[in-house]
Amino acid sequence: MRIGIPKEQDGGQTLVAGTPDTVKKLIGLGYDVAVETGAGEAASFPDADYTAAGASVVDGGDIWSCDIVTCLDTPSAENIALMRRGSTLIARMNPAANPALVQLLAERGITGLAIDVIPRISRAQSMDVRSSMANVGGYRAVIEAASAFGRLFTGQVTAAGKMPPARVYIIGVGVAGLAAIGTAKSMGAIVSATDVRADVADQVRSLDAEFVAIPVVQQSDDGYAKAMTSDQEKLAQQVYAEQAKHSDIVITTAQIPGKKPPVLLTASAVAAMKPGSVIVDMSAGANGGNCELTRADECFRTENGVTIIGFTDLARRLPGQSSQLYGQNIMNFFKLATPEKNGQLTLDENDDVIRGVTVALDGAVMWPPPAVKVSAAPSSTASPASSAEVRKTSEANADAKSANAAHAAQTDAASARSESPKKNAADSHASTPASAFKRWWWKIALSVAGLALVFAAPEELAGHFFVFELACVAGFYVITNVTHALHTPLMSVTNAISGIIVIGALLQIGSSNPVVAGIAFVAALLASINIFGGFLVTRRMLGMFQRSSEE
Amino acid sequence: MSVSNMTFAANDTVSANAGLLGFASHAQQVAYLLAALLFILALANLSHQKTAQRGNTLGIVGMAAALLATVAATMLDSTNGAMLAIALIATAMAVGGAIGVWKARSVQMTAMPELVALLHSFVGASAVLVGYNSFLSAPGEAGVTSAFHLGEVGLAVLIGAVTFTGSIVAYLKLSGKMAGKPLMLPGRNALNAAALAMCAVLIAWLIQTRGIDAGLLPLGILTIIALVLGAHLVLAIGGGDMPVVVSMLNSYSGWAAAMAGFTLNNDLLIITGALVGSSGAYLSYIMCQGMNRSFVSVILGGFGEGAEPKGSTTPTKNLGQHHETSDANVAKLLREAKRVMIVPGYGMAVAQAQFPVADLAKRLIAKGTNVQFGIHPVAGRMPGHMNVLLAEAKVPYDIVFEMDEVNDEMNDVDVVLIIGANDTVNPSAIDEPDSPIAGMPVLRVWEARHVVVLKRSMGNAGYAGVQNPLFYNDNTLMLLDDAKHSVDAILNDL
Repeated sequence: MRIGIPKEQDGGQTLVAGTPDTVKKLIGLGYDVAVETGAGEAASFPDADYTAAGASVVDGGDIWSCDIVTCLDTPSAENIALMRRGSTLIARMNPAANPALVQLLAERGITGLAIDVIPRISRAQSMDVRSSMANVGGYRAVIEAASAFGRLFTGQVTAAGKMPPARVYIIGVGVAGLAAIGTAKSMGAIVSATDVRADVADQVRSLDAEFVAIPVVQQSDDGYAKAMTSDQEKLAQQVYAEQAKHSDIVITTAQIPGKKPPVLLTASAVAAMKPGSVIVDMSAGANGGNCELTRADECFRTENGVTIIGFTDLARRLPGQSSQLYGQNIMNFFKLATPEKNGQLTLDENDDVIRGVTVALDGAVMWPPPAVKVSAAPSSTASPASSAEVRKTSEANADAKSANAAHAAQTDAASARSESPKKNAADSHASTPASAFKRWWWKIALSVAGLALVFAAPEELAGHFFVFELACVAGFYVITNVTHALHTPLMSVTNAISGIIVIGALLQIGSSNPVVAGIAFVAALLASINIFGGFLVTRRMLGMFQRSSEE
Repeated sequence: MSVSNMTFAANDTVSANAGLLGFASHAQQVAYLLAALLFILALANLSHQKTAQRGNTLGIVGMAAALLATVAATMLDSTNGAMLAIALIATAMAVGGAIGVWKARSVQMTAMPELVALLHSFVGASAVLVGYNSFLSAPGEAGVTSAFHLGEVGLAVLIGAVTFTGSIVAYLKLSGKMAGKPLMLPGRNALNAAALAMCAVLIAWLIQTRGIDAGLLPLGILTIIALVLGAHLVLAIGGGDMPVVVSMLNSYSGWAAAMAGFTLNNDLLIITGALVGSSGAYLSYIMCQGMNRSFVSVILGGFGEGAEPKGSTTPTKNLGQHHETSDANVAKLLREAKRVMIVPGYGMAVAQAQFPVADLAKRLIAKGTNVQFGIHPVAGRMPGHMNVLLAEAKVPYDIVFEMDEVNDEMNDVDVVLIIGANDTVNPSAIDEPDSPIAGMPVLRVWEARHVVVLKRSMGNAGYAGVQNPLFYNDNTLMLLDDAKHSVDAILNDL
């Protein structure tokens, strides 16, 4: 099959959906590749390089008649009209916001693959274009800030005096935020960062930056942020304002899909900032940004000398690398969808990744896809979300080749460690209603039995049942989070505690009936072994556990 | 319990010192409440390394408070002379305490599972005795209250007896005094069900009786059946499931204490028993999940159910040739490795190899190797068994990881050193749907560059009795000797 890579229609779009490198790999998968004349020009990939990689360079009109067309942004309706029935379009489509486009593709019998809605599962990380772009964007945001900032990032003591290091504050630690932390850090700045999700604190620290907690905790079960209540928002804004006041550079990355970006920095917060400081608003766009004063695609100075950068094209400012990442993401998708390496696109509807991106097929609208069962983003576990534009951290660096690659790799390992056990737990909870019932029935049955007991018991006994049932619940909860390594000590302590049966024996030991007293004596003796033995052996065991730092 | 409503104390003339008793009763209630809260805190604190030692102390304080209050109450309450009661208590606790202290001091860490199982049996026995006493003090009479009382006595004796013999059998199996193989009586589930049904009938009978003589018969039969039932339940469980069994017995011992509490109208016993019972049950449940086993089938002795005959009829597959190696060779591998993972199993405990293993780890860390321990949730014969052993050998707990924490990084590991682990690293659990251990999560050690297995001989299979294809992989080297000798030899070569 023939893949067409057109020149992007939007004049500002500097990227191209395939580079000579990725084109060569596509050809390796058995495809023919056609590239429109001048497609890679803005990204410094001349036509000759494409030809050398084995592609044919063709003129505008022809490119749309290819079997598969892949580009960055959704082409115009005129261009779609040029496409053949039965052909395939791979692009960023934002199908949730563009139902008309999906409809149009379906009507025209074009298979639509929206690469920007690829499911967030680990297998699909290599195809995640939003992650790639966010990573590059985060890097560029720091570069933009540095060039607008009148001082150096790194601190020095020189013969001519001392230079203080720049203080960089990043709000929203998603992929972009992490990339920004790594970049700013490697340039020598003092970096702090904030996120609504307390669990990214470790990732922040792993990059040697400081985590500033905000007094609002948010859990996300779909991986995306929820809008905060206005009270929460105020609380958070206070923290941001306080931090911004002491920072030289503030980078904000908070977006909520399908909504206006949340305002993190109010006009008064900006007014309180030092002259010469810089704000980079990565969420800037037609709907505003994270800063109240942001102007989309502009860089301007406020009256008190704060530079606010609202560029919406950060990734486009690094066209070579961004194109390579995007092209590699597309190539990885083709790799998945071409299992035979025979140049035939095979869309296996049972594959969650492929099904996830398919928005139109054989004349039918396929959006939205069914929920992916093993999502990497259940509840608080997989981090994305919150204020940030979100994605698992480990994806942050899928292709990081920039200066922060080393930092990013650390984060990756750190987050993988912290996430994997939780993820497993979460997976086992991702289940159908039937198994939900299975999980619950015994709780319901026990509750009913418990109530029945209290009802049936004579009045003076009902209280005991009451206490009994409460204690059962307490016992259940106190150990829900027990560390695996402590199972044995826990067991020997509970064993010691169950020696409490001695009390029963002690109460009977004073009986005037010698048989009763004798039996009680034996019982008390046995139970005493338990109490002393249990506690002592636990003490002995626990004394052995130690951290390496304590050695 | 309160001093005044103890049945056998009720006929005491208390008018003379009613005021004192009233105060004592309240003081006792407060002490009990305190003890109950301290126990809850003790368990909660034991969930984390940092607070664990404090949890243990809280438990001790709680126990002391409960004991003091009870001793005081017994003195006031005694119908037999306070001095005699005190003397009996002092003797019982001194002897029992001495035995307990001696046991706790002298036990080998590798023998922990046995000790814990044995201790459980004491609680079970005590519960039976207390139940009997409770019956003797207040035998059946007319009325709902008495019926409930006798029902509670029946349950206390039932659960106590099951705990008692179950723990004894578990102890025998764990200490190797009895074969670990599950005892598979035909229709054993039906047998258990029948035994339980009979117990129910006997308890119903007991409730109907009036007076000691009439009640002793059903109670006696009940005790015998329960004792047999307890033994049979644990006999039917294979060695591989022992960790869960120990934890289940822990739970039973709690329930037994709670039931005894009901018979005595003692809230502290009820609360504590229920705490231990439910936390133990939940712990067992967590462990079952770790093994991908059904909770119910483990309780009923399900391991190998269905799989056992299959295992024995499948002819031994020819898995090819294993590769043997020498300690010098292993030492060379370890020297060159950047990242080493040590996976210990029961074999390490048996060979007492935890100390040389810890030395080995220390040596490797000192020369810059990244050393981690990967622990399967059910390695060993008791939950957390490996952790205790490694702690004893002073392996810092922050290089000891759970299976889930390391499984995904396995392909980064240069050398995996398997010390006496077998089923927990068996790829059949993943590859072979027919295998008896199919579906059990395992450490995917075969993804590492080199796997070195320290094992006594090729002959003995793991507890599940399943062959392990891992040993025949091309990247697996077998070092066949006693684990301790092997590790010592490797240490020398290093």
